[in-house]
Amino acid sequence: MTRYGLLFENLKRKQEGAFVPFVMLGDPGIEQSFEIICTLIDAGADALELGFPFSDPIADGPTIQKSALRALKHNTTPDQCFEIIAKVRARYSEIPIGLLLYSNLVMKRGLAEFYQAAHMSGVDSVLLADVPFRESEPFREQAKKNKIDHILIAAPNADEKALANIASSATGYIYMLGRAGVTGAENQADCDLSNTLGELLQKKATPSLIGFGISRPEQIKNYLLAGAAGVIAGSATVNIIEKHETNAEVMHRELALFCQAMKAATKL
Amino acid sequence: MSTKPTIDYSAMPDESGHFGIFGGRFVSETLMYALDELQEIYTRVKNDPDFVAEFDKDLAYYVGRPSPLYHAERLSRECGGAQIYLKREDLNHTGAHKVNNTIGQALLAKYTGKKRVIAETGAGQHGVATATVAARLGLECVVYMGAEDVQRQALNVYRMKLLGATVVPVTSGSKTLKDAMNEAMRDWVTNVDNTFYIIGTVAGPHPYPQLVRDFQCVIGREARQQCLAQTGRLPDALVACVGGGSNAIGLFHPFLSDDSVSMFGVEAGGYGVETGKHAAPLNDGIPGILHGNRTYLMEDENGQIIETHSVSAGLDYPGVGPEHSWLKDIGRVKYVAINDDEAMNGFRRLTKVEGIMPALESSHAIAYAEKLAPQMDKDETIIVNLSGRGDKDILTVAKIDGIEV
Repeated sequence: MTRYGLLFENLKRKQEGAFVPFVMLGDPGIEQSFEIICTLIDAGADALELGFPFSDPIADGPTIQKSALRALKHNTTPDQCFEIIAKVRARYSEIPIGLLLYSNLVMKRGLAEFYQAAHMSGVDSVLLADVPFRESEPFREQAKKNKIDHILIAAPNADEKALANIASSATGYIYMLGRAGVTGAENQADCDLSNTLGELLQKKATPSLIGFGISRPEQIKNYLLAGAAGVIAGSATVNIIEKHETNAEVMHRELALFCQAMKAATKL
Repeated sequence: MSTKPTIDYSAMPDESGHFGIFGGRFVSETLMYALDELQEIYTRVKNDPDFVAEFDKDLAYYVGRPSPLYHAERLSRECGGAQIYLKREDLNHTGAHKVNNTIGQALLAKYTGKKRVIAETGAGQHGVATATVAARLGLECVVYMGAEDVQRQALNVYRMKLLGATVVPVTSGSKTLKDAMNEAMRDWVTNVDNTFYIIGTVAGPHPYPQLVRDFQCVIGREARQQCLAQTGRLPDALVACVGGGSNAIGLFHPFLSDDSVSMFGVEAGGYGVETGKHAAPLNDGIPGILHGNRTYLMEDENGQIIETHSVSAGLDYPGVGPEHSWLKDIGRVKYVAINDDEAMNGFRRLTKVEGIMPALESSHAIAYAEKLAPQMDKDETIIVNLSGRGDKDILTVAKIDGIEV
C-alpha cells in the first residue's frame, strides 16, 4: 500500500482528517527550509505539500509568489529541492510527500528524468498547477512508471462529467479547490463542496483534500463532515515564514503552534 | 514526379488546440470551463453570416478599413533593390493592428453576456484598443500593465484612463508584459464567472491563438488583394515584427499556402542576440510552457523564465505565439532578429524619407526590410506590416536623444 493509502486508512480508523501544510522549498533558504519541514512534521502534519519555486506562478496569490521569489533570490535549483526532500525522507520514512509545481520546470528537465528524480528522492505525488486533466497524459504516464501519484484537481465548477473523469483516474488524493481564483489566505474558501464531495464518495473516488483559502482551524470541521479527508494550508503557513523571516526561533514556535491547532481541529 | 506533402494551414490548430507539439491549454482546471465556453461560442459564430457582417461593418466604419497598401518609393530607391510596400495598420483607429482583434473579442464578449473585460498590455496599444471597445460597449475594463511599461508608455496609460479603464501597474517580476499577463490570468481565474479576458496576441491557452489569428487575418487578406491590384502579382516577401506575433500571423497566414512568398518574422534583438539581453525566443530559446501554451521561451538552465530586453515595450516578451513556433520548426517562416540600434535607425529613416513615423515595434520590421531589399531584384516586392504608429514612442526616442519633452 502507498504512503497515502496507509495514512488515510490510519486516520479513518482514528476518525481524524489530515492536516497538510504547504511550504516552498528554498524559502527562506535551503537549510532553513529543511528545518521548517521538520518542525511541521514534529508538530503533527500528516502529509506535506512542497513547492518548487518558479518565476511565473500564475495560479498563486501574493503570499506564495513572494515565497517563490525569496527562494529564487538565492538561486534555489530543482536539484537542491530534491536534495531537501531526500533529507526529509531519510528522517521520516512514512509521511506522504507531495510536490506542487509548474510544468515548465518538469519540461525543462525532461519528463522521464524529472519523475525519476522525484521517485529517487522519496516523493509520493506530483501536482502540476498549470496542467489540466486534458493535457496530463504524458505526465501521468511518467508518474505511473515511477510509482508516483499524479494528483488531479477538482475545480469548484466541475460538472458531472469532469467528476466522473476524476473519480475514475485519480490516485493518491484529489486536490479539491475551496474556491475559484489563486492561492491565498486573504480570501476564505467559500464554495459549498458537499455535493461535489458526496458525488466523489459515491463513485468511490480516492480521498479529497481541500485547498485554497484554508487558514483557520474553525474551517476544518464542516469539510470533514461533508466528506473531505483533510485540508491543505499553504498561504497561512507561508505567511508565518514571511512574518518571522529574520527570527528563526519565533518562526519555528509559531509554525508549530499553527500546525498543532490545525491538526487538533481535524479530530472529530 | 515527386510531390511535396501539402499542409492544410487552415486546419491548424487541431481540435485540442495544438500546432504540432505547440499550443494546447496549460491552465488551472478552474479555467477549463470558461475556455470550453469560449471555444463553443467561437465555433458557433465564426461562420455565422450575422457575426461576420457585424465584424466587417465595425472594421469598415469604426476602424477605417481597409488600411492602405502604400508603395514606399523613396525608401525603396534608397535601399536599392526590391520595391517596399507598407501595410498601413498604423492608420487604423487607435493607431495599430490591435483593434482588429479587440473588436472581434468584444463581439464574443457580448455573446457570453459578461459585463467586465480585462486585458494585459505591453506597449499599451492593446490596452488602448481594449479600453476603446469597452467604452463603446459600456463594459467595465481593467488593464494590467507592467510598472516599467507604465513609465515608458505614459501617454498610452493616460489614454486608457481617459477612455474609462482602470490601469493596474504590475510590480512583480520584470514589471513588463509577461508579468502583466500573469496578473491578468490571476484576475481571470478569480472572476471567471463575470469576466471576459481579451488577450492581445496569438498566445495564451486554446482557443485564443486561433481566434486572435482569425481576427487579424484581415490584414493579410487585404494585402493580398491590394498587392494583386497594384502590382499584378503576389508579393515575393513579407516582413513583420514578432513579439507575441499577432500582426505577423495576420499578415502571413493568408499567404502560407503560396510557396513563392517567403516570410520573415522579426524578433527584438535588444542589445544583440549574442548578449543574451534580448526578446528573441525563436532565435535563441527552447520549447517550454508559459501562459497557457507550449511554445519557444527564453529561460535559464533550470527552467525559470528570464527577463527580456527590448527598446520596444510591445516586443519585450519571453514567449511567442505557438503557431509561430510551429511555423519555425516546419521551416515555412524564417525568424530573424533586429537589435535596438538597428530598429532606431529604421524608425528615423522611415520618418525622414517617407514622412511616416512607425512604432518602435514596427521599426524592427522596417529595419529588416532595409537589409532584405538590396538582396532582391527591382521588380520584386516586399510587403512590410507597419503594425503601429510611433506617436506613443516619442518620449522614449526623445530620451535616447537626450531631449526632455
